[in-house]
Amino acid sequence: MTVHFKQDEPDNSNRLDGMKQGVLGKPLPRIEGLAKVTGTAPYAAEYPVENCAEGVLVTATITRGEVTSIDRESVLSMPGVIAVIDDEKLCTRAAQGTANEAPMQGPAQVCYWGQPIALVVAETFEQARDAAKHLNVEYRVEEGAPLDPGAVEPEEQEGETVHQGDLAHAMVEAAHSIDVTYTTKGHASAAMEPHAAIAEWDGDKLTVHASLQMLNYNITELADALDMEEDDVRLISRYVGGGFGSKLGISEEVVAAALAAKQVGRPVRVVQSRQQVFQTVMRRSETTQHLRLAADDNGKLVGFGHEALVSNLPGESFAEPVLQSSHFLYGGENRELMLKVARIHRMTAGSVRAPGEAVGMPALEGAMDVLAKKAGIDPVELRLRNIPEDDPEEGLQFSSHKLAECLKQGADAFGWDKGLRKPRQRREGEWWVGTGMASAARVHNISEAKARVTLKADGTALVETDMTDIGTGTYTILAQIAGEMLGLDPKRVLVELGDTRHPRGPGSGGSWGAASIGSAVYVACKAIREELAAKIGTSEDKLELNEGKTATGESLTDLLEGKDLAREGHYEPGDIEDDYTASGFGAFFAEVRVNHYTGETRVERMLGAFGFGRVLNAKTARSQCIGGITWSIGLALTEALEFDPRDGHLVNCDLAEYHVPVHRDVPDLDVVLVEERDAAASPIQAKGIGELGMCGGAAAIANAIYNACGARLYDYPMTPDRVLAAMPD
Amino acid sequence: MVLQGQEVRLADTITVNETAYPIPDDPRVSLLDFLRQHIGLTGTKKGCDHGQCGACTVLVNGVRINSCLTLAAMHDGDDVTTIEGLGTPEKPSALQRAFLEHDGYQCGYCTPGQICSATAMLEEIAADWPSDASEALNGKVRISGEEIRERMSGNLCRCGAYANIVAAIEDVAGGGQS
Repeated sequence: MTVHFKQDEPDNSNRLDGMKQGVLGKPLPRIEGLAKVTGTAPYAAEYPVENCAEGVLVTATITRGEVTSIDRESVLSMPGVIAVIDDEKLCTRAAQGTANEAPMQGPAQVCYWGQPIALVVAETFEQARDAAKHLNVEYRVEEGAPLDPGAVEPEEQEGETVHQGDLAHAMVEAAHSIDVTYTTKGHASAAMEPHAAIAEWDGDKLTVHASLQMLNYNITELADALDMEEDDVRLISRYVGGGFGSKLGISEEVVAAALAAKQVGRPVRVVQSRQQVFQTVMRRSETTQHLRLAADDNGKLVGFGHEALVSNLPGESFAEPVLQSSHFLYGGENRELMLKVARIHRMTAGSVRAPGEAVGMPALEGAMDVLAKKAGIDPVELRLRNIPEDDPEEGLQFSSHKLAECLKQGADAFGWDKGLRKPRQRREGEWWVGTGMASAARVHNISEAKARVTLKADGTALVETDMTDIGTGTYTILAQIAGEMLGLDPKRVLVELGDTRHPRGPGSGGSWGAASIGSAVYVACKAIREELAAKIGTSEDKLELNEGKTATGESLTDLLEGKDLAREGHYEPGDIEDDYTASGFGAFFAEVRVNHYTGETRVERMLGAFGFGRVLNAKTARSQCIGGITWSIGLALTEALEFDPRDGHLVNCDLAEYHVPVHRDVPDLDVVLVEERDAAASPIQAKGIGELGMCGGAAAIANAIYNACGARLYDYPMTPDRVLAAMPD
Repeated sequence: MVLQGQEVRLADTITVNETAYPIPDDPRVSLLDFLRQHIGLTGTKKGCDHGQCGACTVLVNGVRINSCLTLAAMHDGDDVTTIEGLGTPEKPSALQRAFLEHDGYQCGYCTPGQICSATAMLEEIAADWPSDASEALNGKVRISGEEIRERMSGNLCRCGAYANIVAAIEDVAGGGQS
């Protein structure tokens, strides 16, 4: 039986706080943790499948044009080679998040350097890899593909432009105004598990073990790519070795494995090499951002301008939503916002952790520091003075707003010095030491979600959904929500995820997973509670359950009388999405040291204070925050995709050349969880926390570099060469 | 094997977690792919296949190496310990328990490599092998957060669990400090 709940109003019933089990929010270790630490958790490529052949993708070595011939014979005689697949259904790009349809297909048309064009299948991985290298391919090159986002006429992205008042006039009239341009480089998700798939056919039924974030969309995308019915497709992603946006949509190896397995009549595994993952999946677009801020004598904003240029391939709908939080974070009645997209032939641009704010916030929050300095106002105080009452563009009320608390609690916990801020106040040997801060903001997303909860006759519970856990903690928080609602120790709740045989979840992405699927489990559990309450002649809101018993001592097993009790919860966000502006908020504080002679920056300590609704598990929520802060360090100091200006190919396509933070780059990190209940965010009053931790953090580091050594930089990442060039004598 | 017309006898087994396995025929098989594909020990992870991420770290004769950077055929007679050999869900090692308690992971994919690496790393400190973070090249090496971070920097974690991983290792090392 399905119970549907569409949320049109804030849910202030606060039911979860009235439950008796007392496990929600507690810092429980992950329920799948032992499997992970002992290496027994199976990821996509690791399922033992009989008679599995190995496939290796072949990628294009031209930027734009056509594959004119593939010389199969050049490899079919090599040992172990079974087939060369260049089926027109092969995908040439990964699907964008929530695309819900097949991505670009037709491998004969090449649109970017590194695009998959064929798959070589052999008995062993070594044989397939060797043959893929030896496959002779001929092309007809279409010269002149645009590669430089600054050299083409960009398109204006619909729905982003705001013209309000007269910003140009406000800039002239204001007591303090700044006009600065920031740039950010492209970024890679670089999830540790490379994209992988094992495809197996049973007649016309297809099963694929894949590494994907959103099976509810992925099944539609795969069925569409193969011209199949969804009912004939099963996707399994029980463990996903990181996603960060790169596994939102189906990627090339999933379709390639399915087509190959059909053609060769046996299971086929395709694992992308690390270099292929970098080149064929998704990049975060580089950005150029023009910021204009105008403030009165008191530092209150009267003008706010944020215009950004990003890029993508022709035919891609995604444009890095740089301005997402700029629309509502600060006031200022004169506003100019615009997002433009340059169409160029670099690899596909798409979602990388916190698309939009990940790069928009570091630019905005850097500019706010420039303004604070110019106006002579403490940077924390400047932000406190500019928190708007309501959404400054839409006029909507905020669902909840914890920015002020985060700024204050964060400053206290960090020991923020509110005195006059001047660069170069502290020197230790070769090193300048300084501090900086920034606000955090990330829009709250929520999605329709379904989950089945079964209270078993033996007094345990089972939660089933095709939702994934990509390291976010889904397994554990769902056990906690069900345990809280049904009066069970989470150890007695079995959570089964990542299988399209289960009800459709929301998928993991956009930080919406926990609030969405958690609400579906909540709805299902509430319906089960109603049944149980009826059995003992009380009402659901009076039913107290704890450790498998009611308040009057009846055990769940007795109430169930040997029968399972199952309900499918179907949560759907309604008017709450339109009636409020909803966002997570926070504040970052960083202390850095900068070497006067080498320009090297080291982060000494960093703190984030975040308000994101109800905390479902204090341990996993904190981990999401420190993960985000770690990404902030990478974004600020080291991460940059570099493209060859001649052919647009990604030059640093591996983990030696693309520099994600390593152990020694990351100090001990402090996190302050600012508890709140956001009743308009979801029925469980939770928002997401997977991305907020990196939405602005890089600016805290950039601002600390300025405070430390006086080098004001406008280009991320702030590598030693750039810091040295900006370093005053 | 036959070499220049003569039968050449090589020691042809690798011992993994105390079980002996024959070395594969194809000399191109890396130790990593041997573990994962040939003998089904998939706890050891492939993250980059180029020695850049540390996800494939295993112990060979007690010393940590990237198993993707060495061929199975080079390990005649060697003793290999993988994550499966360090502990099991029923009987996890102290480091495995500490990673669980401190949430020293998120997606879990780099985790076996982190734990294998940390296991050997603590032995290296105990044996006074110096690192970039050490005060001197000779003499006693003192365990510190900085020593641990330096020595673990070959093991990438994209989820960004570093702070928790270091806390887990310090917990096991005892007496350590950040």
